Amino acid sequence: MTRLRAGLLALAMVLGLALFAAACGGDDDNDGGGSPASKDNVDLTQGKDVTIAVITHGSGDSFWAVAKKGAEDAGKQMGVTVKYSESANDPQKQAQLIDSAVTEKVDGIAVSAPNPDAIRDSLKKATAAGIPIVTLNSGAEDYQELGAITHVGQTESIAGEGAGQKLKEAGAKKLLCVIHEQSNIGLNQRCDGAKKGFGAVENVQVKGVDDIQTTLTEIQSKLQSDKSIDAVLTLNPDIAVAARDAVKGAGSNAKVATFDLSGDVVKAIQAGEIEFAVDQQQYLQGYLPVVFLTLYKTNANTVGGGQPVLTGPGYVTKDNADTVAKLAEEGTR
Amino acid sequence: MTEAIGGGSSAAAAPAGAPPTPEPVADERLANISLWVRLLRRPEVGSLLGALVICAFFWLNTDSFGTLSGIANWTDVASTLGIMAVAVALLMIGGEFDLSAGVMTGTTGLLLGLLTTEWGFSMWPAIVVTFAFAALVGFINGYMVIKTKLPSFIVTLATFFVFQGLNLGVTKAVTDTVRVAGLGDVPGYDSASKVFSNTFWSPHNFRLSVVWWIVIAAIATWVLARTRAGNWIFAVGGDANAARNVGVPVARVKIALFMTTAMAAALVGIMIALRLASVQAGQGVGEEFTYIIAAVVGGCLLTGGYGSAIGASLGALIVGMAFIGIQFSGWNTDWRFLFLGVILLLAVLVNNLVRHRAEGARR
Repeated sequence: MTRLRAGLLALAMVLGLALFAAACGGDDDNDGGGSPASKDNVDLTQGKDVTIAVITHGSGDSFWAVAKKGAEDAGKQMGVTVKYSESANDPQKQAQLIDSAVTEKVDGIAVSAPNPDAIRDSLKKATAAGIPIVTLNSGAEDYQELGAITHVGQTESIAGEGAGQKLKEAGAKKLLCVIHEQSNIGLNQRCDGAKKGFGAVENVQVKGVDDIQTTLTEIQSKLQSDKSIDAVLTLNPDIAVAARDAVKGAGSNAKVATFDLSGDVVKAIQAGEIEFAVDQQQYLQGYLPVVFLTLYKTNANTVGGGQPVLTGPGYVTKDNADTVAKLAEEGTR
Repeated sequence: MTEAIGGGSSAAAAPAGAPPTPEPVADERLANISLWVRLLRRPEVGSLLGALVICAFFWLNTDSFGTLSGIANWTDVASTLGIMAVAVALLMIGGEFDLSAGVMTGTTGLLLGLLTTEWGFSMWPAIVVTFAFAALVGFINGYMVIKTKLPSFIVTLATFFVFQGLNLGVTKAVTDTVRVAGLGDVPGYDSASKVFSNTFWSPHNFRLSVVWWIVIAAIATWVLARTRAGNWIFAVGGDANAARNVGVPVARVKIALFMTTAMAAALVGIMIALRLASVQAGQGVGEEFTYIIAAVVGGCLLTGGYGSAIGASLGALIVGMAFIGIQFSGWNTDWRFLFLGVILLLAVLVNNLVRHRAEGARR
């Protein structure tokens, strides 16, 4: 009996120690808001002690990794603590993350709002607690009603229209629009916009960024079964690379265009394999909200004048791909 | 010798017809198991230990975890997981799996949304219809498993895919978008929210789903421990053939368990739909494994016949505490799943270790 008790106690202590050790290892990335910034920014940050929560609906793919880098770089440069978290497209989780940010009494909340209804209540609580809000990436139509100071992003439907028009000008007759996230409203808006700008558009649902191989096969089979498709529009850089490979594999002449950049996409544009990329500059979507909220807190500045701050659409084509290439490699474009 | 004679004569002196009362003798066949060991043999021990360690860890390491508002945050996350984990645990004790449990929360939420916003139902009748639909789906799941004698893993995986497709296809066909919105304007929304999804205790905002979770876990524990139905569930999970031979209605028990899981999914789907006033077509996909993990961490065996509803609740609590605790600590969330996986592995290992040691020390 005593042996069992002693064994249990030892096990509990080991577990506890292991967890404490792991925590001490992990704390280096984001120290608590109380520690002052480095000596370099002494003037800017003296007495700042500001924490900004950035809560997006991303799922760790290359698009959101750039936005995260933007937010973290802004935090370092402004001397504030940035807490970045993602809800992987689950609106309930996003609402819960906003609630916990309100509990922590952060100084500003930057959220993406693909599903404004779901986070409305949580954002009301944030406003009631006096926490300023900036929306980013999605929610351009609803940000004022949600109580945000401004919106940082690109209007999806207009960007979709622009992409559709560009492909039409390139001479394509039938467009395949590849939707990779089942319930992402913004993606559907892009394809609807492309339909407006192009005409004959067919949407196809694919597996997604978690399973690129299956996605590739799905696009390839679609191209093989419908030879009249001569343009493919993807909505994510990883899916764009898969589409390029699928076009090659199907032996098709379809032109590939995409939304959003990555290092591989820029290389493909330089090589002529992808026509253009519609760049919404998601680095800015992570960077600017942190700056705006910090300035609101420290200097009572409101940016935007009641209008959204647009970060796109910018087009990356063969002409400007070289400049962008180096930056995409570093994960900032 | 003298004493025996003395004893005999005093016995003879006792009242005539009364037989000598035998002295109570300790039956050496019965083991005297101490309370400590009996507690350690309970299936919940591993998850309790895990929950305490994680709670203490985050409590000491962050400012907000231990505050009432912080507790409201992580019980919020744990509650919808916990309700499903308890139902799935009951099913696992009965020896079956339900992989469609996650997507059912989406299907029922979408059904509620479509009934109220597209087809003119008011909230309460729509809620009744949703529960009835879920009971029907649970019945079909259970019936298929019984009739085909296929592993429930396979049958419910098929149901999972069917509903995943239906969720997206029907939503898009009816609303042209991938979500159903506007539940806030439906008559009956406010009264339904007061029952299912509102918050209480004002500055801290605890969710009603936490109360539902505690009540459901208590009922499930009582059913398992104190009723004949609970005995049947353990029997059916332990050995269905032996149970049938003893007279347990195996088919009825299994179908009832599937219906319980589906109706729990309907409850959670309704809660989420009312809370968010909208439902996304992809809701719940992928969550079914979280429920199974919570149940296993809580002591349920994958082979059935052993487990506990309280343990499954503690498993869900661990997931909730880890999710919010990592938020509060400000750790790089890229490592979130690594941390969760390590915690769950440790909890299951501790469960195993303690159970073997406690069962080994049969003294």
